[in-house]
Amino acid sequence: MKEKRYIVYALFVVFLLTAPLYLNRYWLEVLNSVGLYAILGLSLNIIVGYGGMFHMGHAAFYAIGAYTTAIISTSYGVPVLWLMPLSGLTAGVFALVVARPIIHLRGDYLLIVTIGLVEIVRIALINNVFGITGGANGIFGIPRPTLFGYKIFKSHQFLYLIWGCVAVTVFFFYRLENSRFGRALVYLKEDEIAAEGSGVHTARYKLAAFVLGAFWAGMVGTLFAAKMTIISPESFSFWESVLYFMIVILGGSGNIAGVILGAFLVIGLPEFFRGLENYRLLMFGAAMIFMMIFRTQGILPPRQKVFDVSRFRKGGEPI
Amino acid sequence: MILKLSNLTKRFGGLTAVDRVSFDVEEQTVMGLIGPNGAGKTTIFNLITGNYKPDEGEIVFQGQSIGGVWTNKIVMLGIARTFQTIRLFQNLSALENVLAGCHCRMKSGPIGAMLKTPGQKQEELWALEHAMKQLQFVGLADRAELLSGNLSYGNQRLLEIARALATNPRLLILDEPAGGMNEQETEALIELIFKMRDSGLTVLLIEHDMGLVMKACNRLVVVEYGKKIAEGTPEEIQADSRVIEAYLGIDEEE
Repeated sequence: MKEKRYIVYALFVVFLLTAPLYLNRYWLEVLNSVGLYAILGLSLNIIVGYGGMFHMGHAAFYAIGAYTTAIISTSYGVPVLWLMPLSGLTAGVFALVVARPIIHLRGDYLLIVTIGLVEIVRIALINNVFGITGGANGIFGIPRPTLFGYKIFKSHQFLYLIWGCVAVTVFFFYRLENSRFGRALVYLKEDEIAAEGSGVHTARYKLAAFVLGAFWAGMVGTLFAAKMTIISPESFSFWESVLYFMIVILGGSGNIAGVILGAFLVIGLPEFFRGLENYRLLMFGAAMIFMMIFRTQGILPPRQKVFDVSRFRKGGEPI
Repeated sequence: MILKLSNLTKRFGGLTAVDRVSFDVEEQTVMGLIGPNGAGKTTIFNLITGNYKPDEGEIVFQGQSIGGVWTNKIVMLGIARTFQTIRLFQNLSALENVLAGCHCRMKSGPIGAMLKTPGQKQEELWALEHAMKQLQFVGLADRAELLSGNLSYGNQRLLEIARALATNPRLLILDEPAGGMNEQETEALIELIFKMRDSGLTVLLIEHDMGLVMKACNRLVVVEYGKKIAEGTPEEIQADSRVIEAYLGIDEEE
């Protein structure tokens, strides 16, 4: 079973590496889009999947990151990719400030407040807040990224850049999932009172999950701004947040592979229904409803963690 | 003296759930808290563990006042508990449940985890070993990888104790640990309680199984309608006319 899984992962990596050989520009762009959504889904997965907090305003953090990159790169000519940590930081600090007072809200209450959050950010951007966001037109002329002296502007170059970032994210988040931090989030999702009673500072961990998720979404904002060269408030609507949420829930909240699969289904699948024109969303919605009826835990729910405890047993007997 | 309650009071609206209750718990003893249903026993526990804030009175643990302190801080100070209605992480393995208890004795954060620093790696190994030791202590080492929700009722109670023990407590609070256990399991539980006491722990427990209470406890406190009505050794309590009237007497009629 375990080997089978790794074969699938390996085939997937090979597919991505060789995709430019047999996919046209259109489908490469679809893959790029899936990649961006995959990272956003993974960052939201920390909050929704591990921590179990219903957060539907993730586009707000994404927007803050994208605008930070856009404003600084167009005004001061700083190379875009250098702005990744700074964009993450702005989004993280923003999350720290706005999440602090709402963190104790449960389930649907938190959901409603976070919906409000993403709308406030979008409308603030449209209203050209501080006179730096460019209003409804947004910001254009964001420079292309350069990596090791190469200017990145073709679809296949972005494919490698974006999916490289997905790989880095998976690498870090897998470690996070299997650590004290990741476990603490799962404990508080499972039973907050028991988690607190076991010595987990639940309020602090909820906040940390928000800040980390926002930090990562902010960094994806840099990638997005660099790829599009134009950003406007409409890219960060409430519907975007719903998409990220669907990616996590549909794919399997709390499971990295599940979230990536979710990104393919939510972002990639509708492309196959393009021929159906107006029925595209209908098909998509129907698929979603069936999913939620027959497999509520998502397509790939998290697997039970395996720990090597054989060292603590001698000849099959416990120590 | 490890724990001292003085004039502890908790009101819920017009109801005084705990009314000026005072008692001391001596180090390395087993103290029983008994009384009819709704007498306020669990409320007293919730006050000690920080789930509720006392309205009046003081709770002093190892010379430090802990009334109204956050639960996780109290766990850090050395008070661990189990719950009357089992509160395990049902979808996680027994081992992961016990690892939750290790949490407060670890330090590494998200950045250490992502970079997998040597300190973090070592800490994870320590936690794994520490958790296995607790499972071994309660006799569940061979069930480490089972989902906690799939364990038998009695074993779930033991697993909660293992999780509490993993926090390295000085005082362990057990809320009806024998609830749902059969006779053999209860006997084994009494042995486990003695084992914990002998290893230096202080145990404070609520229990309705009088056999267990009389056998395992060094001292008993009886509460009724939120008030303490008696305190003493099991023998003294059994002879106390008020207690027999309020509690033990009813038991015999059944």
